[in-house]
Amino acid sequence: MKLTTIRNCAAVALLVGPALFSGPVKLLNVSYDPTRELYQDINAAFAKQWKAKTGVDVEISQSHGGSGKQARSVIDGLQADVVTLGLAYDIDSIAEHARLLPANWQTRLPNNSTPYTSTIVFLVRHGNPKHIKDWDDLVRPGVSVIAPNPKSSGGARWAYLAAWGYALKKNNGDDRKAREFVTRLYGNVPVLDSGARGSTTTFAQRGIGDVLLGWENEAFLALNELGKDKVEVVTPSISILAEPPVAVVDRIAAKHGTTQVARAYLEFLYTPEGQEIGARHYYRPRSPEVAAKYASRFAKVQLFTIDELFGGWQKAQKRHFDDGGVFDQIYLHKEIGRAGFNLPTSGGAGFNLPTPVCRHVFVA
Amino acid sequence: MSISFKKPSILPGFWPAFSYTILYLSLIVLIPLSAIFLKSLTSSWSHLWQVVTSPEVVASYRLSFGASFVAGLVSVVVGFLVAWVLVRYQFPGKALADALVDLPFALPTAVAGIALTSLYTDNGWLGRYLVPLGIKVAFTPLGVMVALTFIGLPFVVRSVQPVLADADAELEEAAASLGASRWQVFRLVIFPIVRPALLTGFALAFARALGEYGSVIFIAGNMPMKTEITPLLIVTKLEQYDYAGATAIAAVMLTASFLLLLAINTIERRTRRFMVTG
Repeated sequence: MKLTTIRNCAAVALLVGPALFSGPVKLLNVSYDPTRELYQDINAAFAKQWKAKTGVDVEISQSHGGSGKQARSVIDGLQADVVTLGLAYDIDSIAEHARLLPANWQTRLPNNSTPYTSTIVFLVRHGNPKHIKDWDDLVRPGVSVIAPNPKSSGGARWAYLAAWGYALKKNNGDDRKAREFVTRLYGNVPVLDSGARGSTTTFAQRGIGDVLLGWENEAFLALNELGKDKVEVVTPSISILAEPPVAVVDRIAAKHGTTQVARAYLEFLYTPEGQEIGARHYYRPRSPEVAAKYASRFAKVQLFTIDELFGGWQKAQKRHFDDGGVFDQIYLHKEIGRAGFNLPTSGGAGFNLPTPVCRHVFVA
Repeated sequence: MSISFKKPSILPGFWPAFSYTILYLSLIVLIPLSAIFLKSLTSSWSHLWQVVTSPEVVASYRLSFGASFVAGLVSVVVGFLVAWVLVRYQFPGKALADALVDLPFALPTAVAGIALTSLYTDNGWLGRYLVPLGIKVAFTPLGVMVALTFIGLPFVVRSVQPVLADADAELEEAAASLGASRWQVFRLVIFPIVRPALLTGFALAFARALGEYGSVIFIAGNMPMKTEITPLLIVTKLEQYDYAGATAIAAVMLTASFLLLLAINTIERRTRRFMVTG
């Protein structure tokens, strides 16, 4: 009798012990560039909620970088319990190359495993001196557009597809016209940075270009940091529904014994509290109630999805961004004519000298 | 057995030193480098060949090797001049100037890249005067050369400086007193002394420029076929999970650099031997 009690106690101690004595549970969230501030808030809120619910402290570390680069780090062994990346293709790659999570990962959480969405918008100089209102204004001669290289940047891929999709919609699905439009657009791009933050730096700090093509949340972040007297956000009439998805990395979480808390962490993003934090950081919420509450923050825009127009990421990647794909061909065959190739014109009134506007300059 | 191997030296310990050299070179240099070649072999030959000969990649070799070569040459000329001034003249602030030479070594290259770019863009301090003259530096191959020259300078200065300091100014005076013209003094006395050091400096600056990434990507503009350097394409390939392709380009670059450096070192050794014997 006594012996069994002791044994039971020992068993309980063994089970509970790690939680009680080994300090807080640790989670690593590997994310992409513009989510730094978002997840700082999410982590604090989730830790509080988890402590209240289970009595266990949870300590969440964040890692940020270009989406593709982050995925590669996970493939190469970065111990991510959860990944929250810029596009599904990058999590697909983790599933495909390292088999750390099942191929159907995207069906495990609601809304394509995307708790919040974003879109592609324009950031222009104060007063919008080049009168940029919609996509067509970007291909006008004399307008210089800053966008990162879609081969290395997730955000840039969304931007490229947004432009292509706009042209498709405008020309009744004429693929040739869409290609022509995108070719003209990149003819107006004087610099291809390798990541979204790099492009923001080029546009904001170095005063190059008339319009920056990028994430909506990143544009608002730049607006807040630079000030409304420097830049303006212009939302086009049509854009893409950018879905930055989230997933538990099964094999790593199982190894760390964090599967349960990792799941709860991602589910927290879908709760009203998580949705509100997202909205405050200019991510479009999925929840209709929260969306209604923050409706004034987000301009009305007609959104199409990548599945609708491009048949999903795998297809889009293969056709447009793989080696020898459409993006390569645009440059290779000199489709970008010399006439359409503009020098950067600088509409930036007076902030050409480095003032550290972006806290995290892309450093390779 | 070790006849041709070692020359008698007063200090003992040839074999431990030699073995240690081989071990160290293997651990630090050869093993990581062979890993590159092995990794690239995980793909089929035809795929690899296709990758390393694709037009975009070939254009990048041209830019990377060409710009590095030009940057190396510029560094040799300017570096020699700087070293000459630092060794042969006394002037106020000399210690400061001497320390400035090393700065490109210490500066994170990305910072250098950002600084150079903001100088040379249309509304930058230099760009606003150069661009109206039709000289575009930022986002052109010229910009790549500027960045590579910036990081290459210390290599030449630091290779040449000690050699110049060792060469007595009296040699020049002697030559002059024997009737040599100024040009002859330079060509026949000074230049042969510093030639090996110049070659070493060139090789170092050239090699460093080939591998440079951080500073160049900011000023290059990274336009495919125009201003993409080879290291950038390697990174781009990695971003696309094409590890084999990335390592294949790296292998091509390594082989080419190795052959070039070997050639430069051979020339240098020749000129050195020339000096000792003749």
